Amino acid sequence: MSGIELGPVWLSVRLAATTVLVLLVLATPLAWWLAHTRARGAVVVESLVALPLVLPPTVLGFYLLVLLGQGGPIGAFWVSVTGSTLTFSFTGLVFASVLYSLPFAVQPLQVAFEANGRGPVEAAYTLGAGPLDAFLTVASPMALRGYLTAIVLCFAHTLGEFGVVLMVGGNIPGETKVIAIAVYEHVETLDYAAAHTLSAGLLVFSFVVLMLVYALNRRNPIRVMTGARR
Amino acid sequence: MTRLLAKCRARFPTFELDVELDLPIEGVTALFGPSGSGKSTLLRLIAGLDRVPGNHIVVEDEVWQDDARGIFVPPHRRSIGFVFQETYLFPHLSVAANIAYGLKRSRRRKQRFSLDQVVDILDLGGLLNRAPNGLSGGERQRVAIARAVLTSPRLLLMDEPLSSLDADRKAEILPFIERLGHDLGVPILYVSHAIEEVMRLASTLALIAKGRIIATGPIEEVTSRLDLHPYTGRLDAGAVLRSTVRAHDHARGITRLAFRGGELIIPEIDSTVGSAINVRIRSRDVSLSLEAPKRTSILNILPGRVVQIADGDGPQAHVLLDIGSPLWARITKLSVRELALAPGVPIFALIKAVAVDRRSLGRPTAMDTALDRN
Repeated sequence: MSGIELGPVWLSVRLAATTVLVLLVLATPLAWWLAHTRARGAVVVESLVALPLVLPPTVLGFYLLVLLGQGGPIGAFWVSVTGSTLTFSFTGLVFASVLYSLPFAVQPLQVAFEANGRGPVEAAYTLGAGPLDAFLTVASPMALRGYLTAIVLCFAHTLGEFGVVLMVGGNIPGETKVIAIAVYEHVETLDYAAAHTLSAGLLVFSFVVLMLVYALNRRNPIRVMTGARR
Repeated sequence: MTRLLAKCRARFPTFELDVELDLPIEGVTALFGPSGSGKSTLLRLIAGLDRVPGNHIVVEDEVWQDDARGIFVPPHRRSIGFVFQETYLFPHLSVAANIAYGLKRSRRRKQRFSLDQVVDILDLGGLLNRAPNGLSGGERQRVAIARAVLTSPRLLLMDEPLSSLDADRKAEILPFIERLGHDLGVPILYVSHAIEEVMRLASTLALIAKGRIIATGPIEEVTSRLDLHPYTGRLDAGAVLRSTVRAHDHARGITRLAFRGGELIIPEIDSTVGSAINVRIRSRDVSLSLEAPKRTSILNILPGRVVQIADGDGPQAHVLLDIGSPLWARITKLSVRELALAPGVPIFALIKAVAVDRRSLGRPTAMDTALDRN
């Protein structure tokens, strides 16, 4: 084996980036709805979203395995459409990671939307902006902090995921063998030096990213573009 | 004349709104009532920010809501401007970008003002590159008004735009709203619970209380109705003279105002000749005389006749006069007897010029503060 194995690192980064992208698309409308709805069912949805925070990853992973497996409803559907299985594949890992990190995307966004209130968006409506326009030009820039927090937390949280990956993805090099799994494997085979390289790298990376975000948040909550554009 | 017709019903846990409005779309129309009377709710329904099924809202030839026919125009397609009490400026955009936001999105409408014009009118030249969060309350509200006006709305809705400002900031902004509504022809529907603001700005007044419209009409008529005084400000209300600036006399430091029925002299004000202003004459500042007094310091001696006499608290009486416009005088019952006042008696109304100090208009009185607490 070469000095630093880049396979798991690259795979982890790819998984985290994909998860973040999917989550931004999914969590934005969900967080917006949760922030503004008065529906009674909101409490149920809110609790569902928060479940991954309290469940042991193995429990979540177990149910995902059942759902995504060839006998499960989602897994069977996937096989019939794409011809390949979800479990023990990269796509299956993305599925699992999205669910696992969902609260880390929804909650910061929901807090940001709630803090800004409906007022600015209503002002945008009365100035002639349609709902999507108002969301893109007013609500989301005003929630920039929430987005930054969500992106970083989801990225880091996906990098750090272990239990769910082990249950759903196993340990297939280049497909599901992410950093955390690789470290586990190295320790099991008593290759502490390799485990050390990966662990320290992940540790330093996570620390630096978190520090960057906190520093950014502290210094400049909302960026103002001065001068008329265009 | 174009009109706004609104039939709105809305049920809330604490009160029920049930109104039928028919208001002219010109000048400044005030929707006046105590806090919690439903006026802001009504404004939001008219704007389409809230939707209650069954309501009916028509502006000129445009139907904004008619659920029977399945019509509901969303707020961004209604030709409105909306000025919120909290301004809701966009904190991530500069003042200039805030102002341009609505302008960019209303290109299809006929533009009534250019950006430069509005910046000039609202005196925003020095603020354009600033961030909204660094502005004072009065500056923020001026930016918010500019932003709304630049969409060239058919109707500018203002929801208590001054109520979070102190007296000096209010006095700073009132002239701008006055100019927009009366001189520049932007029709304004102005929601307020401060009678001073309403009396200074409004040409039409709609009184609202507990979710019902109590009276609608030209401001001088509504404020001169004694039965409405519990709503328009109890004993101190007085009357409003809608007038225009006729001339300034710099040498003597006075301004002459023309109103329906005569001329009023007041201490010189800073207003262009021809511009429309409301003057509030408190009933306690009006004295009565059977003959025109000579060699007196009182500059305004206005002939008219007594219309109605109503008993007030204790020794006081309220006398409604017709001097071409309605005017209230508050005098003692003793004076009513001594002068043998009765409906039809010719009379001179005496008003000290300094009693009409427009700089004091827009400042809250003890009465406004009392209404605030309701």
